[in-house]
Amino acid sequence: MKTPGDFLADHVRAVPRSGIRDFFELVQKRGDVISLGIGEPDSSAPWGVREAAIYALEHGRTGYTSNLGSLKLRREISRYVEKIFGPSYNPETEILVSVGVSEAIDLALRAVLNPGETVIYHEPCYVSYAPSIALAHAKGRAIRTKPENGFRLNPAEVARAADGAKVLLLNFPTNPTGAVLSGPDLDALARICVEKDLLVISDEIYAELTYEGRHASIASRPGMRERTILLHGLSKAFAMTGFRIGYACAPAPLIEAMMKIHQYSILCAPTPSQEAATEALKEADTITEEARNTYRIRRDLLQRRLRDAGLPSIRAEGAFYLFVDIRGTGLSAREFAMGLLEEERVAVVPGEAFGPGGEGFVRCSYATSLDRLEVAADRIQRFMAKRKAGTPAGSVPATR
Amino acid sequence: MDALLQILREKGRATPAELARLTGKTEKEVESALKKYEADRVILGYHAVLDPDKTGHGGVRAVIEVRITPERDGGFDRIAARVARYPEVVSCQLMSGGYDLLITVEGPDLKQVATFVAEKLSTIQGVISTATHFQLKTYKEAGVLFLEDERAERLAISP
Repeated sequence: MKTPGDFLADHVRAVPRSGIRDFFELVQKRGDVISLGIGEPDSSAPWGVREAAIYALEHGRTGYTSNLGSLKLRREISRYVEKIFGPSYNPETEILVSVGVSEAIDLALRAVLNPGETVIYHEPCYVSYAPSIALAHAKGRAIRTKPENGFRLNPAEVARAADGAKVLLLNFPTNPTGAVLSGPDLDALARICVEKDLLVISDEIYAELTYEGRHASIASRPGMRERTILLHGLSKAFAMTGFRIGYACAPAPLIEAMMKIHQYSILCAPTPSQEAATEALKEADTITEEARNTYRIRRDLLQRRLRDAGLPSIRAEGAFYLFVDIRGTGLSAREFAMGLLEEERVAVVPGEAFGPGGEGFVRCSYATSLDRLEVAADRIQRFMAKRKAGTPAGSVPATR
Repeated sequence: MDALLQILREKGRATPAELARLTGKTEKEVESALKKYEADRVILGYHAVLDPDKTGHGGVRAVIEVRITPERDGGFDRIAARVARYPEVVSCQLMSGGYDLLITVEGPDLKQVATFVAEKLSTIQGVISTATHFQLKTYKEAGVLFLEDERAERLAISP
């Protein structure tokens, strides 16, 4: 007779438990922890946005919307995307509102991949990419981005990896490294995608949180609009994680295919959330500029304080993470994170949670108030000073 | 906006040393920048926002709509400046609409505010009329909510 576990599908069983989840449970058990391990804004959604959701509820807007999302929201998305990302998308046929970008990634992969086809992605990367590819019965081909290049994606490596691949999955600015793609790299990458006939799925959720110059989307490059599924959402720059609103913009046949999966699995994104998102996009300039200014100050503070403590990080030009180089300590990323948690009650995420290329690094989120960042930096400094003095405390060995 | 001003707007009590740490400038640079902002009247003051119900020196507050006769030279400015100089007057603004000045007056009790209106404000040459509204309760002031805002918990670690 089968045990419950025996009923599981092989490809689901093969997906490993998230490394972040293990660490989460450890942190949860302790009090007085300052967490730099949080991938969401520390503020609630702007009041005007919350108020729009309340208004929607008050007025009984609790039914379904179109599978693609309310047309009112898709019109706002179309207007906003053209302004921020460049290309223009028809709100009637080329935009799909999803439950966060996570759902849109899943829809995009499932809509275009046959079993066994190959997706190139860059790594260290967001934790869901490899599992989502596997759950779509496809094969992932990871390109390691390297610290010496600031974790930027080298277009030449994409060209080398492209043979036999169907999809290139991009995420710039990148969670966890904060890396962005420079203009020339984006041009080169676009040429390669056209030449090698790749479809690009581009997760640009951190687009507005770009601190040096403006965000540039691969979809804006010549020949790319027709072969790009552009993904974006309101979780990060609009501080709306719990509303779960993301969206996909792509040529109609691709959106139509994604919609088929979405309509049978989700039906539509929650209606009050869609109302809130519509309001947020109307106020986008104010909301995103304030977010950008706030995070820039925090990034500068944390990067400087950690560097002074002997912990350099790559130049983080986007998102709200520093990918901090801890190789100089002689500890593994997990040892570093465990030691820091046990001795100083500061939580960071070991880099290998984002793929093997993250070993030797920890991700520090600066989506936390300046006061708390200062305290965290003090504690990290103390942790480092103890190691310099040659008295590593607690159960953490000084060497690997 | 300069990062220094942005931080000060929220953390008015930050010391130059703290500001230096937060902005990556030296303490000297911060001090001279602050001096310049103060001299240029970009920074006009540093205040604590108090909840009068909890200080024990609540007193009373009134907003007063004041209609005045503009003057041939200078319009409303001279009379507005006269009104604004009274220490009882916490704020004074020229408004569009049905009246001219909107002023906020603070006093230890209702009687003293009423006396200020009757004996000082109304008797200024050029003041045509006043309408006084006493404040009953404050919900927000200077950008600070007086309600206890529940802080939503975030997950300790999230991807």
